[in-house]
Amino acid sequence: MMEITEGSHAVAEAVRLCRPQVVSAYPITPQTHIVEALADFVANGKLDAEYINVENEFSALSACVGASAAGSRTYSATTSQGLALMFEVCFNAAGMRLPIVMSIANRALGAPLSIWNDMQDSISLRDAGWLQFYAEDNQEATDLHYIAYRVSEDRKVLLPSFVCFDGFILSHTYEPVDMLTQEDVDKYLPKFNPPERLDAADPVSFGMYATPEYYLEFRYEHDKALKDAREVIAKAGKEFAALFGRDYSAMVEGYKLEDAETVIVAMGSICGTIKDSIDEMRAEGKKVGLLRIRVFRPFPSEDITKFIKSATHVKRIAVLDKNISLGAKGATAIEVKDALYGSTVPVWNYILGLGGRDVRKKDIKEIVVLAEKGQGDQFYGLRKEVL
Amino acid sequence: MRELRIHGRGGQGSVTAAELIAVAAFEGGVFAQAFPAFGVERRGAPVQAFVRFDNKKIRKRSQVYEPDYIIVQDSTLIKDVNVFLGVKPGGIVIVNTEKKPDFKIPEGVKLITIDATSIALKALGLPITNTTLMGAFAAATGEIQFAALENALKHRFKGELATRNIAAAKTAFDFVKGAA
Repeated sequence: MMEITEGSHAVAEAVRLCRPQVVSAYPITPQTHIVEALADFVANGKLDAEYINVENEFSALSACVGASAAGSRTYSATTSQGLALMFEVCFNAAGMRLPIVMSIANRALGAPLSIWNDMQDSISLRDAGWLQFYAEDNQEATDLHYIAYRVSEDRKVLLPSFVCFDGFILSHTYEPVDMLTQEDVDKYLPKFNPPERLDAADPVSFGMYATPEYYLEFRYEHDKALKDAREVIAKAGKEFAALFGRDYSAMVEGYKLEDAETVIVAMGSICGTIKDSIDEMRAEGKKVGLLRIRVFRPFPSEDITKFIKSATHVKRIAVLDKNISLGAKGATAIEVKDALYGSTVPVWNYILGLGGRDVRKKDIKEIVVLAEKGQGDQFYGLRKEVL
Repeated sequence: MRELRIHGRGGQGSVTAAELIAVAAFEGGVFAQAFPAFGVERRGAPVQAFVRFDNKKIRKRSQVYEPDYIIVQDSTLIKDVNVFLGVKPGGIVIVNTEKKPDFKIPEGVKLITIDATSIALKALGLPITNTTLMGAFAAATGEIQFAALENALKHRFKGELATRNIAAAKTAFDFVKGAA
């Protein structure tokens, strides 16, 4: 049913419908409303789960690791410095192949301190071995939680997922969202049934150390599982579409790419503003399209190649990054260039919107003009005094 | 698409006003989007909140720079913040003030002044003007129906508090309707 609600509350409701058995999180802006709502659900009997209060994010995710290893469906949520504090636990959760789902209300990392949005937090954990989903709007932010549990818990995958949505820009926005019912979600998401679990009657160990004879193989299998998740995402997305009509089977979304001369590549809520500006640029005769990346891990190299490499109409690609691998480029640009290796189409990178800097339609249009002129690989929108 | 920008000070309920206006608009079959200007909230600091209205899905996520409607909860903001910046010709500006306007608004823009503070003090016993100004907004723009606003207020506030806020909104609604 369509209802109008805050992004954070829509996400909390979606998480409730996924029936997590253990929730452990520590409040941090702009994620706080999600965990407040979940704590309310548990206290009021609307969610039959153990809510573990902890002293910080390291403990929050550690509690989820223990609970997941014991066979529980577990959930956490964080952002920014909170995610940074989880760094070690993130690698352990993924290495132990524990299908925890964690919402990330994307926020910049300090210093300098910023509570505002960019994607540096989750992007900095891109090597942690988790799946990473990125939502454009609050409908997707909710739906991707159902998809994430389904994919993470699939025995071909057994890996944790980040469901990322832009802090404040989505988390604090009221807009209509079509919420599923408990019956709907129960139909889509079977009970968590892991192949291995901590059990006193049949003891096993998780995360024991691997000697040089075996570590390489563990990493190979982890990487393979993450890559195999592509097929599982496609299948889970198709089944979701068959039941509820919204299709998340593709890891990328193309918008007006059929004849696009300039292709913008981006992730997250900025893509809505980009779509509106594309419509306006097309009305003025400019052939611009968008390739939106919905899943960043595993990286959809083949989907990007399919869209762009064989298309002779593509003259230039502008990759917009709300993050930067300092000393190199934006993470998306690096990966897109890798995917398109051998292609002669220029790929320009624009770092923008960091720390909550607003991105408007006119900015997107200016970036397209810069790309047309062959000016790229730059920060966009800098104040003049730093130049 | 129509856009509203609300100017207020931290503690005056600008964000709540934006949310409830969006809720009321949604009840009227409109796709609405409400969000705050993501500042660090402090009591008394200038704050902004935004609402968009459209008959189709709203994709745009930037802040509102060229509003069709502006609500100013506190007229003392006018000397510190350019609250009328970017308002569209034909737009409507609603300012809470008990005085005759001593400020200039852009040409071609309709100004409505209302003593929302006195209305709120009388109805609520508090100088919190957000719900009062929502009533004025409904009457001035027709973007939301009063019945939908009433439902949104009933949903957000309980019992006596809901009744009082509805009364404040209704007084402002009738005042603006009467002045038109």
